[in-house]
Amino acid sequence: MGDKADVWQGTLALMVLKTIEALGPLHGYGIARRIEQTSGNLLALNYGTLYPALLKLEQEGAIASEWGVSENNRKAKFYKLTRAGRRQLAREARNWEQTTAILARFLAPTDGPA
Amino acid sequence: MNRLRELLLRLTGIFRKQRREQDFAAEMDSHLQLHIDDNLRAGMAPAEARRRAILTFGGIETTAQAYREQGTVPFLETFMQDLRFAALIKPLPYPNPSRLVNVTESIPMFPRADLSYYDYLDWKKMNKVFSSMDVYTGMGYMLTTGTGVELVAGSRVSDGFFKTLGIAPILGRDFYAGEDLPSAPKTVIIAYSTWQRRFGGRKNAIGQTIVLSGMPHTIIGVLPQSFQFAPRNNAEFWAALNTQNSCEKRRSCHNFNGVGRLKDGVTVQAALADTTAIAQQLERQYPDSNRGQGASVVPLSEVIVGDVRPILLTLLGGATLLLLIACVNVASLLLVRSESRRREIAVRGALGASPGRLMRQFVTEGVLLVAIASGLGITAAFSAMQLLMRLLSKDMLARMPYLQGLGLNHRVLAFAACVALLAVLVFSLTPILRLSRAKLREDLNEGSRGAGGTLWRRLGSNLVVLELAIAVVLLVGAGLLGKSFYRLLHVDVGFQPDHLAIFQIVAPESSYGKDPQAIALQRRIISDISHLPGVKSVALSSQLPISGNGNTNWIRIAGRPYDGKHNEVNQRDVSAGYFTTLQAKLLRGRFFTDAEDESRPGVVVINQAFARKYFAGENPVAQHMGDTSLSPKSMVEIIGVVSDIRESTLDADIWPTEYGPINQSPDTYLNLVARTSQDEESLLPTLTAAIHRIDPGIAMIGETTMMRNIEDSPAAYMHRSSAWLIGGFAALALLLSVVGLYGVVAYSVSQRTREIGVRMALGAQRAAVYRLILTEAGWLTGWGIASGLLCSIAAATLMRNLLFGTAAWDAATLSAVAAVLAMAALLASFIPARRAASVNPVDALRAE
Repeated sequence: MGDKADVWQGTLALMVLKTIEALGPLHGYGIARRIEQTSGNLLALNYGTLYPALLKLEQEGAIASEWGVSENNRKAKFYKLTRAGRRQLAREARNWEQTTAILARFLAPTDGPA
Repeated sequence: MNRLRELLLRLTGIFRKQRREQDFAAEMDSHLQLHIDDNLRAGMAPAEARRRAILTFGGIETTAQAYREQGTVPFLETFMQDLRFAALIKPLPYPNPSRLVNVTESIPMFPRADLSYYDYLDWKKMNKVFSSMDVYTGMGYMLTTGTGVELVAGSRVSDGFFKTLGIAPILGRDFYAGEDLPSAPKTVIIAYSTWQRRFGGRKNAIGQTIVLSGMPHTIIGVLPQSFQFAPRNNAEFWAALNTQNSCEKRRSCHNFNGVGRLKDGVTVQAALADTTAIAQQLERQYPDSNRGQGASVVPLSEVIVGDVRPILLTLLGGATLLLLIACVNVASLLLVRSESRRREIAVRGALGASPGRLMRQFVTEGVLLVAIASGLGITAAFSAMQLLMRLLSKDMLARMPYLQGLGLNHRVLAFAACVALLAVLVFSLTPILRLSRAKLREDLNEGSRGAGGTLWRRLGSNLVVLELAIAVVLLVGAGLLGKSFYRLLHVDVGFQPDHLAIFQIVAPESSYGKDPQAIALQRRIISDISHLPGVKSVALSSQLPISGNGNTNWIRIAGRPYDGKHNEVNQRDVSAGYFTTLQAKLLRGRFFTDAEDESRPGVVVINQAFARKYFAGENPVAQHMGDTSLSPKSMVEIIGVVSDIRESTLDADIWPTEYGPINQSPDTYLNLVARTSQDEESLLPTLTAAIHRIDPGIAMIGETTMMRNIEDSPAAYMHRSSAWLIGGFAALALLLSVVGLYGVVAYSVSQRTREIGVRMALGAQRAAVYRLILTEAGWLTGWGIASGLLCSIAAATLMRNLLFGTAAWDAATLSAVAAVLAMAALLASFIPARRAASVNPVDALRAE
């Protein structure tokens, strides 16, 4: 696992929101799997760390949860995006794009004198 | 906004902890299951699938902790816990007392049952949550002294008991590890008071040998003077458990209590989960003895002070309400004063006093008032404390160690200072509030009488409504508690409790240890005592009524399918005359006779609860039952059904109980109960003297009467003290609130003298004046009583644990309180109304 990156502080919430937006209501395990797959298995994610983050998002009103039944008939708690969650996702995605754009400029190879 | 929402949810999260934990546990379960399913589909072996799922999840306990912390505000949570456990009562006198827990087994009938020796050994070995775990049990020793034998209280403990508590002897040493094994020499640690009293506080007491119940023990240590352990507080001798009695050789026999010290970071819940898991494992391993034996882990403080907490809370609640009434009364008096000082203040203001200067004046007055009152109050409290402490018996003090060293310490003084500060604030704010509203110019005006009263009437009269409401709450509380207490004392005990003298007998094992010897002694006691003048009949029993459930037996009824469940019933051994002496009613069959001893087939009499539970719709007489395996030795025949004799405290449920003939299982520890034709108390010395004539080596304790036994039982004690406490508060509250009402009405009358004069001059009748004043008082009283009744139903629901056989909305109490208060209020307002009606119109108009 040495070549896998840890999840950066604060980005997990964004990943969770985006995943739920993309896939619709989903249980914690599904979210964790999806994040791992989307990252191309580059992220080392302890699935457990997801749950405090989910609780925090729920407390903030970005997502809502409900017990339901999974595709293979297991009882599971499903999370779905609320309207406030959609707004938060849009806002944070924009912020993130800005941040990465700025950082990209710093890190871009410059054509300075060699 | 989101942050706010989160904070709010986390704050309220404190109250929904249980649900959230369960919910999260279910969610984790479902998560792991989903992952395992996937892994299985990917072709892993089941064990590997599970292992990988858990591994990828990361630490389950860490996650749960992180989840918990996100769910609430950790700091607030610990603060609330501190408040709950520590603030109400001073922490236990051991290092890190909050890490100490009481560890026992639990069964459905007893949430906190006892621990069996073998289960203790397994728990101690297998647990991962305690840094140490030890056990103790009570023991009555026969101490051989120069003058004969004496029964002394003792305790048997495992080797690490004092280390777990964090107590070291002040002299000598603690038990070595392994000193509680049967191979170790018998050693004992003595209490400080014992050292002082029996050994003159001499250092050479260490190493001396004393004889406890016929066994020589070496004294190895002396406990500190400050040492207390409430469950065995009066124990003089603390011996290591190195001999096992017959009970301790069986896993199914429970006679210990455990004390554990939690490892750092382990919560009480986690410890309970761990011990419960061990208990379940033992249940599978030893289904015969451990079926249905769960675990209980609670903070030690809960066990020691849990019983007294309701009383303390009642006391605190009552005192707070009373303080409120007193403050309201004084505040309204101040308001009245400020009303009449309006002109004085206005003049001062006109002469150039700044508002700040005027405020200082009020604050000074408030401080002076409160300082004098606090001084008087603290002096009174000090003397009251001395007096109350003297009212407590020594036994009671031993059970309530937290009362030792009770007095005016700095905490009490600090608390009093806080209350005083609050009072100063209220008392100086009241007139300041008034002042800020006052209009200087108007106040200087001569004819401002009419407007002046409005604020007073608005605020002052509302204050009286509050006062009356509080009085109603306290009165209703007192009424309900009083009624509960009455109900409790008049609960049907199933026998005639008057004219019964009782005491316990401990015969030396050396002379009466063999069954025939013990039976001979029992028969001798019964025949000797029954021939004494004034004694109508006498009986012996292994345990007296109203002493507590417990000492149970697991039964199985012959000829019925058995599912291996433990049918737990109280088990008592009684002599042939027991039921007739108690005057309990025989409902079916017969009682046993003195001839039914070990040579005859085993027989039992059962109580009604037993018959109801196990023989519903059947005749229990002539049925047979035995132990869980129906071993031939245990088989007995049911020969009779007796009325439900209350074995436990008055407010506890009646358990199924079986009574066997004491001649079939004789013992050297006996309870004697004698029915007398004269005053039972005066006969006690005669009775004990008769026993000593049989053998001076027999020890006796607990000489008392059944009536007193009932009245002093913990349940009665708790109900009585809370009823008296609240009763006292209620009487004061009634007085204060009625005086307050009187003040309001009288003041209003004095303000309206001119108005009344005008009315009368214009032809109003005296009756009309009465009506005017009484209507005003009636409204106040009505509002006060109505809101008070509502509040008191709420308050009574809060203290329903203290109620017995009485509903929180007991109509009789509520209406009686309403009537009493209405009468008192009528009286209080009648006096000023009379004064108003006897106003001479001419004088009134000429006044001022």
